[in-house]
Amino acid sequence: MLVIACLKQVPDTTQVQIDPVTNTLVRDGIPFIVNPYDTHALEETLRLKYSHGLKSVALSMGPPNAEATLRKALALGVDRSILLSDRAYGGADTLSTSNVLAAAIRKLGESEEVGLVFCGKQTIDGDTAQVGPGIAVRLGFSQLTLVDRIEKLDLDAKTITVRRKLEGRYEIVEARLPAMITVVRELNRPRYPTVPMRLASAKAEVESWSNEQLQLDVNSVGLKGSPTWVSRIFSPERQEGEIIGDGMNDPVAAARLLLDRLVQGDMLSV
Amino acid sequence: EEAALREKLAAYRGVWVFIEQTEGEAAKVSWELLGKGKELAAARNCPLSAVVMGDQVEHLCRQAMGYGAETVYLMDAPVLRHYRTEAYQKSLCALVEKYKPEVILMGATGLGRDLAGVVATVLATGLTADCTGLSIDKGNLMQTRPAFGGNIMATIVCDKFRPQMSTVRPHVMPMPEFDASLKGEIVREPVPVAEDEVQVKVLDILMDKGGSKVDIAGAEFIISGGRGMMAKENFGLLEELAEVLGGVVGASRSAVDAGWMPQDRQVGQTGKTVRPKVYIACGISGAIQHLVGMQDSDVVIAINRDPEAPIFEVASYGIVGDLFQVIPSLTAKLKALKGARSGA
Ligand SMILES: Cc1cc2nc3c(=O)[nH]c(=O)nc-3n(C[C@H](O)[C@H](O)[C@@H](O)COP(=O)(O)OP(=O)(O)OC[C@H]3O[C@@H](n4cnc5c(N)ncnc54)[C@H](O)[C@@H]3O)c2cc1C
Ligand SMILES: Cc1cc2nc3c(=O)[nH]c(=O)nc-3n(C[C@H](O)[C@H](O)[C@H](O)COP(=O)(O)OP(=O)(O)OC[C@H]3O[C@@H](n4cnc5c(N)ncnc54)[C@H](O)[C@@H]3O)c2cc1C
Repeated sequence: MLVIACLKQVPDTTQVQIDPVTNTLVRDGIPFIVNPYDTHALEETLRLKYSHGLKSVALSMGPPNAEATLRKALALGVDRSILLSDRAYGGADTLSTSNVLAAAIRKLGESEEVGLVFCGKQTIDGDTAQVGPGIAVRLGFSQLTLVDRIEKLDLDAKTITVRRKLEGRYEIVEARLPAMITVVRELNRPRYPTVPMRLASAKAEVESWSNEQLQLDVNSVGLKGSPTWVSRIFSPERQEGEIIGDGMNDPVAAARLLLDRLVQGDMLSV
Repeated sequence: EEAALREKLAAYRGVWVFIEQTEGEAAKVSWELLGKGKELAAARNCPLSAVVMGDQVEHLCRQAMGYGAETVYLMDAPVLRHYRTEAYQKSLCALVEKYKPEVILMGATGLGRDLAGVVATVLATGLTADCTGLSIDKGNLMQTRPAFGGNIMATIVCDKFRPQMSTVRPHVMPMPEFDASLKGEIVREPVPVAEDEVQVKVLDILMDKGGSKVDIAGAEFIISGGRGMMAKENFGLLEELAEVLGGVVGASRSAVDAGWMPQDRQVGQTGKTVRPKVYIACGISGAIQHLVGMQDSDVVIAINRDPEAPIFEVASYGIVGDLFQVIPSLTAKLKALKGARSGA
């Protein structure tokens, strides 16, 4: 049985800026990282590989340089790493992204049964949390989002019980396999690669599938298969604030001045 | 081709708001969305409707009308008692296919995002996540949302597919007034799912008592502490100020990670989004992941000893100074003011 982790390579968002002249993202020189939530998806995949003897696969859709992410997955111990890359896949929104990932999972399922697919809760660039659900419903898998604990996995009965972390409450849910699970940070603590594994991974093969392998209708992938598009991109606006008093040398006076402002502006209920 | 597209789009009419409920209680964001939905419906000259799903949830229809829904579609059956993706997805998709709304709004909550993603995929339409701004332009919904962790804003359109779907961040749209005299129509619809078709069972629901029961998302005054608080004990200073103000204490992720405050007090991208009347950030640098969770507060006050701290860029008022000196004198002066007022 296969357990699959979906990994997205994302720009380190603390470095992202907008070019004030062209109003586009400055992409040059931004370091790429594995989406932080996806490192937890990968960790859970590896744990199940070792605890339940499942075969593990890492998948990523992206440009050729996303190979780096998949190589890291190999260094951590996944059995196979597959990059889904094709010119036709560029400019994808979540609908066409889940189409490609679901097709790859379906294809893997032709030779071995897929039991579980792990995704991150969301990415730190697109931030939508929509790709996981898109994959689940396309494949008819049980959908378990925001999972912070796996309570029980019964491969004979083909069921899984998890805890979901929602606003102000937890849900304990049992579902039939196969299932698509999105994970939150609390689920586990990702491991680091050992030196021998890192060395071995440098030689290991990252497989690459293009649309020749997946055979998707080119109108259903990439930009063409995306109903949403970005019409404008801009920096969040900020209003000018006021620095009050000289807090360094006279904090008491500054506190008093601040309080005056709040009282004048009728901002206090006291 | 143009004409065919126009005809396809014209078949869709009306603004819908999905009313999220747990145990018969609606999520507040649903009412916020009816407020916004009213505006959008007016701009499109079309009706505003609500969708209520659950088990014995008819009372929510009345509430939805009071917040402005003219029609409420009701699907009421035991199979919808607990939210389960599959059952809700099939029900909502059936409703959409029957009535063809032009716009569907849902809260960007755990439940809302779980459902919206599958519904949009089945309907093969666009879905914009976590919107903070919505307006109509040339008949299309302009959906503005933060991306890249709040570093940038993007306006997204879905001009060739219908319905246009958005999830909307809680506490961003203002809460509309409830008006009990408003009337509407309830349209009952059969639920197209049987219990034995559903692959998921909810075994238990545990209310989160792990941290404190304080709901920072609903507070009018929030005093948050960051790494600059230096130690858990020092949060007592903030508790004292919060008590005088009638507010609650929040925290940055650094303070939560250090174990000084429970996770449910965390403000920001991976914590809560808050929109209080007054937000006081103490010893918080103002990383973008923190700012996205609090920058819509009516008034932001920053106390930080580093004049270059980015928190000052979003602050309405800032004090550059040592919080261990500023906060106690602020609390003392507030107490004095309060005493003077109640004595007068
Ligand atoms: C500014 C901006 C705003 C956008 N807004 C929207 C929008 O509102 N709606 C929309 O449909 N699209 C939007 N997009 C496009 C969208 O972000 C991505 O292009 C899409 O490919 C993935 O969506 P995500 O990053 O939000 O992933 P999420 O849905 O947040 O990802 C969840 C999980 O799915 C898996 N996953 C996601 N992408 C991949 C991948 N390529 N390979 C492997 N696993 C993956 C990972 O496990 C990840 O943790 C936007 C893009 C930009 C630049
Ligand atoms: C994916 C991701 C998600 C994240 N989500 C969140 C989130 O939800 N919420 C969040 O808050 N962060 C989040 N972060 C972390 C964020 O990037 C910052 O690391 C964090 O907000 C910093 O917390 P801080 O401001 O308390 O600490 P610091 O950045 O260390 O700032 C401490 C500040 O205290 C000031 N200070 C120190 N001593 C004093 C004193 N005596 N008097 C006055 N000022 C003093 C310093 O000048 C400094 O500005 C996230 C990060 C990532 C990568």
